Amino acid sequence: MSGYPPELRKAIEVVEETRRERLRAPPPRRLTLDERESIVRAWHPDYKPELKRALGVGPCKGMVMYSTIADLLESWPLVRPGEVDLDHVDYDVDVLIVGSGGAGLAAAWWAVEEGVDPTGILIATKLRLGDSNTVKYQSGTQAATGPDDSPVIHYLDTLAGAHFTNNPRLVRVLAEEAPLVIKWLEGLGVRWSRVGEDLERLSGGGASRPRLHCCGDYTGLEVMRVLKDEVRALGIPVLEFHSAIELLTDPETGAVSGAVLLNLDTGEYRVVRSKVTVLATGGIGRLHIAGFPTTNHYGATGDGLVLAYRVGAGLVDLDTLQYHPTGVAWPEAILGELIPEKTRSIGGQLVNTKGQRFVYELEPRDVVASAIIRECTEGRGIITPTGTCGVWLDTPVIDMLKGSGTIRRELPALYRMFLRHGIDITVEPILTYPTLHYQNGGVLIDEWTHVLRPSGEPLGGLLAAGEVTGGIHGKNRLVGNSTADIFVFGRRAGIEVSRLVKRLPKPRVSLKHLESFTEELKLLGVPESRRAPILLPDYRGEAVLRRVIKL
Amino acid sequence: MTSGIEGAHQVREYLTIYFNGEAYRVPKGLTIMKALEYAGFRFTRGAGCRGGFCGACPVVYRLPGDYKIRVGLACQTAVVDGMYISLVPYVPLVEYVPKRGELRPDPGYVLKLYPEISRCVSCNACSKACPQGLSPMDAIQAILRGDLKKAAELTFDCISCGLCSLRCPAEIRHPPVFRLVGRVVGLYYTPRSKSLEERVREIESGKYGKVFEKLLSTPTSEVRRVYEEFLKTGRLPQSLEVG
Repeated sequence: MSGYPPELRKAIEVVEETRRERLRAPPPRRLTLDERESIVRAWHPDYKPELKRALGVGPCKGMVMYSTIADLLESWPLVRPGEVDLDHVDYDVDVLIVGSGGAGLAAAWWAVEEGVDPTGILIATKLRLGDSNTVKYQSGTQAATGPDDSPVIHYLDTLAGAHFTNNPRLVRVLAEEAPLVIKWLEGLGVRWSRVGEDLERLSGGGASRPRLHCCGDYTGLEVMRVLKDEVRALGIPVLEFHSAIELLTDPETGAVSGAVLLNLDTGEYRVVRSKVTVLATGGIGRLHIAGFPTTNHYGATGDGLVLAYRVGAGLVDLDTLQYHPTGVAWPEAILGELIPEKTRSIGGQLVNTKGQRFVYELEPRDVVASAIIRECTEGRGIITPTGTCGVWLDTPVIDMLKGSGTIRRELPALYRMFLRHGIDITVEPILTYPTLHYQNGGVLIDEWTHVLRPSGEPLGGLLAAGEVTGGIHGKNRLVGNSTADIFVFGRRAGIEVSRLVKRLPKPRVSLKHLESFTEELKLLGVPESRRAPILLPDYRGEAVLRRVIKL
Repeated sequence: MTSGIEGAHQVREYLTIYFNGEAYRVPKGLTIMKALEYAGFRFTRGAGCRGGFCGACPVVYRLPGDYKIRVGLACQTAVVDGMYISLVPYVPLVEYVPKRGELRPDPGYVLKLYPEISRCVSCNACSKACPQGLSPMDAIQAILRGDLKKAAELTFDCISCGLCSLRCPAEIRHPPVFRLVGRVVGLYYTPRSKSLEERVREIESGKYGKVFEKLLSTPTSEVRRVYEEFLKTGRLPQSLEVG
């Protein structure tokens, strides 16, 4: 049985006919740094000026970024000063952690490890504890743990992968401390994949040494199982289905002093006062920028960017996004879901409609994505039954190269996902096209995760870690560096929290920061119907939306 | 913002699904989750990663002309014409989350916390319910035989959706049992990596500090040149070698 309709079955024949020859032939050669840059400039969405514009309000006014993100930042708040009762504080805590993915949970764990009273912490999370992009991560975490590797090489790979646009000080922290977090997680009982007694290390795009640490095909699931267990065992209070909709600030200093949360079930607000707030809200995939589908979880709507910007945070690199080169292009049911980089690490080949490989599969992600877009734009892609375009990712070659059973052993999640739709990836190739995957840039931070104003001065009271931040990955992130980021900087945030709570007094809470911000929105003529954070995407069909009455 | 179902993408065929008894016309080829959203529902509960990893969206359904209740994940199951659907956004299992220091590498410890596993009658209803295609029954039997390692291996891909527990006549709470076994095996039955230990020691002793300080004060153009050279030769220049 094949889940493919006849027209796609026909197209697959070319892939099958050329398979043996492709196995014998050498792989496409690696591009030079100049060649990488030229293909990216020609084809990557980041280089399409029509998708960008200058931001019109706030401390980064004039900064060019994706228009969708600019729209989000130029939005009216969900609450105005005077609309919430700030004299009544519902949760008076030392630390508020917003978000419960890898960064948030690492911060919580390390804060307790460094002496913070667990009951003085509050984790507020939009969906369930741990619902995040972290739980979905498959391809592993980069860390230079191998004898032939070094944090210095990891550092250089990371800079080069981003075309030297990162903040080198943050990259140093990432590269030097990544092995520490692998060890930390091993110590908590995370079952990293092994070869014999030693860690297994896989190759990844743009990394010159194999340094991806996986837990089978369910790396994020395993890490999050352990971290959730730890956080619950430590007795750290968690509020699920509570989304932060605005930060609170001290009316005199402007330092962050808590947040207004929204209970997504009942619609009630809750006021949290905290000495320190950690933003660990993740990214923006569910904004579907440039019309791309996404690999991201349901809650990835860029809330943290909105919140941080309104209190004065600097931003960086929001003119670039990561489109994962290999999203599912068909079937529609799983459109945009991730085909992990591991599929290429272990030998999967990208093949165009003529049966030719057209790029070395382990180039950095922006290069591979650009090459796929080029093939489709120049007519060497395959048109799917829903009218989209994709190229083949030839998976059966993996078993031919590495032995029968490799796919089912190494990529069980991918195998399952396609089998549910009638496609056996050990026998048939899959259709792929880039999918919106990662927010490269974000909120400006320093090495200890303090959120900075554009001037470089700390805001006070606000730390941030993970995808919401910028600078670490510059304008392009390498595979496995986002999860190194969340654990390394989440850990640092937790350690920094422990230092801050000891010396900070109880702050005062206000929404004063909104006064000047909303004044600017009014001047710019932003319609009051545009409000943010948006919290969850709206996927209702057009027939429904045409007739919806907003209550 | 749209899910891309309309607009750029062409909808060729529609079908009818029944949700809570009500009929909805939706495009063919969608998952249950996307189809219900298309029909006008907005989820707060019962949707998470949307990629089959988080276990937030168990669903029970029935196909036309069939009496059997089937189960799956709403984000992974494609709609079928005439399908009757009901969602299960939350399975209220009581579970124990011991502190790390309290976990014991002993099957008796698992049995003490979850004694009902000894009531397993090997009916295999759990395996039939598993959207991951795992065999929870074999894992439970492995625990009863004292083979925690085997049980952990069999359930590594468990996403804790809870569908197995809903079907179990012995009222076994499979997901928390498997998470507990996974923790125990990760802590007590997994070798520690020596090379990792060695690298961590190097880092903590400050071995890389000087080279990083040097790199941080080197102009980007020079770092770029060093890297180009490194890609060709596979070696770092002597000035960047770690002592």
